[in-house]
Amino acid sequence: MIILLVFLVLVVVVVFWVMGLYNGLVGSRNEVKNSWSQIEVQLKRRHDLIPNLVEIVKGYMGHERGTLEAVTKARQQAVEVTGSVEERAKVENALSQTLRSLFAVAEAYPDLKANQNFLALQEELTSTENKIGFARQYYNDAVLRLNNKIQMFPSNIIAGMFNFQPETFFQVGAPEDRQVPQVKF
Amino acid sequence: MWEIIRANQRRAATLVVLMAALLLLVGYALGEALAPGAGLGGLFVAFVVWVGLTLISYFRGDSIFLALSGARRIEKNDNPQLFNVVEEMTIAAGLPKVPDIYVMDDAAPNAFATGRDAQHAAVAVTAGLLESLNRDELQGVIAHELGHVKNRDVLYMMMVGIMMGAIVLLADVGARVFFFGGGRRRTSSRSEGQGQLVIVVVALVLMILAPIIAQLIYLALSRRREYLADASSALFTRYPEGLASALEKISHSTATLASATRATAPMYIVNPLGATARGLADLTSTHPPISERVRILRSMGGGAALSNYEQAFRSVTGRAGGVIPTSALAGGEHGPAAAPTAPDTSARLERVRQTTDMLWRLNQYIFLTCPCGTKLKVPPAYVGREIACPHCGALHMIQCGAA
Repeated sequence: MIILLVFLVLVVVVVFWVMGLYNGLVGSRNEVKNSWSQIEVQLKRRHDLIPNLVEIVKGYMGHERGTLEAVTKARQQAVEVTGSVEERAKVENALSQTLRSLFAVAEAYPDLKANQNFLALQEELTSTENKIGFARQYYNDAVLRLNNKIQMFPSNIIAGMFNFQPETFFQVGAPEDRQVPQVKF
Repeated sequence: MWEIIRANQRRAATLVVLMAALLLLVGYALGEALAPGAGLGGLFVAFVVWVGLTLISYFRGDSIFLALSGARRIEKNDNPQLFNVVEEMTIAAGLPKVPDIYVMDDAAPNAFATGRDAQHAAVAVTAGLLESLNRDELQGVIAHELGHVKNRDVLYMMMVGIMMGAIVLLADVGARVFFFGGGRRRTSSRSEGQGQLVIVVVALVLMILAPIIAQLIYLALSRRREYLADASSALFTRYPEGLASALEKISHSTATLASATRATAPMYIVNPLGATARGLADLTSTHPPISERVRILRSMGGGAALSNYEQAFRSVTGRAGGVIPTSALAGGEHGPAAAPTAPDTSARLERVRQTTDMLWRLNQYIFLTCPCGTKLKVPPAYVGREIACPHCGALHMIQCGAA
């Protein structure tokens, strides 16, 4: 009788424990999904803002066709890309790159820098850029938490049973990509 | 990484329970002392007072607090940069909703967060803060405030603050009843004998000690939460220097916040009442010394994780381990005068202009540009009247909402 009771209690404890682990895994996975959608919102916003920027800058920067075209092209690629996190990260990083060189070039145009619309757009785009960065930071933390749970004992057993897959980090790209581009006049 | 926050919540919960026990004990002792056998009645009264105050503050606390501070809600158009910074930090903290943003028309740089949970959160900053901080520093301060929101400090501080208020209230009422209305009872207690006398003495001691104990618990909790919010700020921004330099700038300011009181002081990023009692700074301050907070943030060794902060905290406060805190030796919260990180006076002028323009707009001032190039800002009382430009003398009809 007592042995049976102890056995029952043990079973109940184990069931609750497994439930807790499983729910923890699901929670982490949802967090990853949710934070990824945050990144997408900001990426979309950046795609929407860029045509306005190009429109304003065009009037001032006649000599910088190449820079402007690079931005437009990179944006087009970023809008069209569908696929894995890695691929998207790559095109979006390229877009960040071209934008940064555009703003660097804009420093040489005092008229442009005095334009209120340009300043407002620059603040919006800089902030969107920051938001993408912070969303990526949160996403990567969430991915780390999920992947840790999937790979660490004992939750890895549950993860294996219910086929939880590790997610991919949103990488910033190669170290040289992170440097501010050198602008030559 | 988030385990530190969870552990801190456990500690806070323990303190809340401790305070509740203290409160009920005061109620019980008070009842028992006033009339033998009425201890349960006293306990009940203490409980009712506590629950009532807690319910009011839970549901109306944030709006009461915002009204007390004189803060006004702003929209995105009023200050796009502040809005963007708050939005960025909301994302970095993973909060479900962007908090409401308020501005206080005060020259003292300060900020606070309120709201019982992330869904009802609000942050308020003073005009002085917007004027003196650059974007990175503002980000650090906002991240600190959202750290309070994320860690649910506002709720804990409110709960504990309310209990402290209830204890003080009960002790106060008890003392009055005791000394001014207790004559009749004293005669009856003589016949009751020794037991009653002991209870009376215990109740007296409790009434004197309980408010002091409650206050010390409250302050200890408040200081710990400040450190934690600093750590969260470093974690969210990944740039501890932003908050460090912001704190430094804030500490150099000599203005005090007009709307702050002792009851609302723990909510602000730095103590709005200034460093008055430096000798007792350790036990009776709502905030840790700024110089110490800055030093911890600066010795995080390139990392921004909570563990980096914990390490820096240990090494910095460990070094200070004597009887006198190093902060007191260095001259209290104002610390040694450090050179500003970047002499950005032109940027500061621009910020001052933007901030004052924002405040004028909030006060319904009318902006118009005279053909001679002068920008006029006219109080709303002049609507429907004609004024002359002070430079060229041209007459302007003031219309409502003129550009």
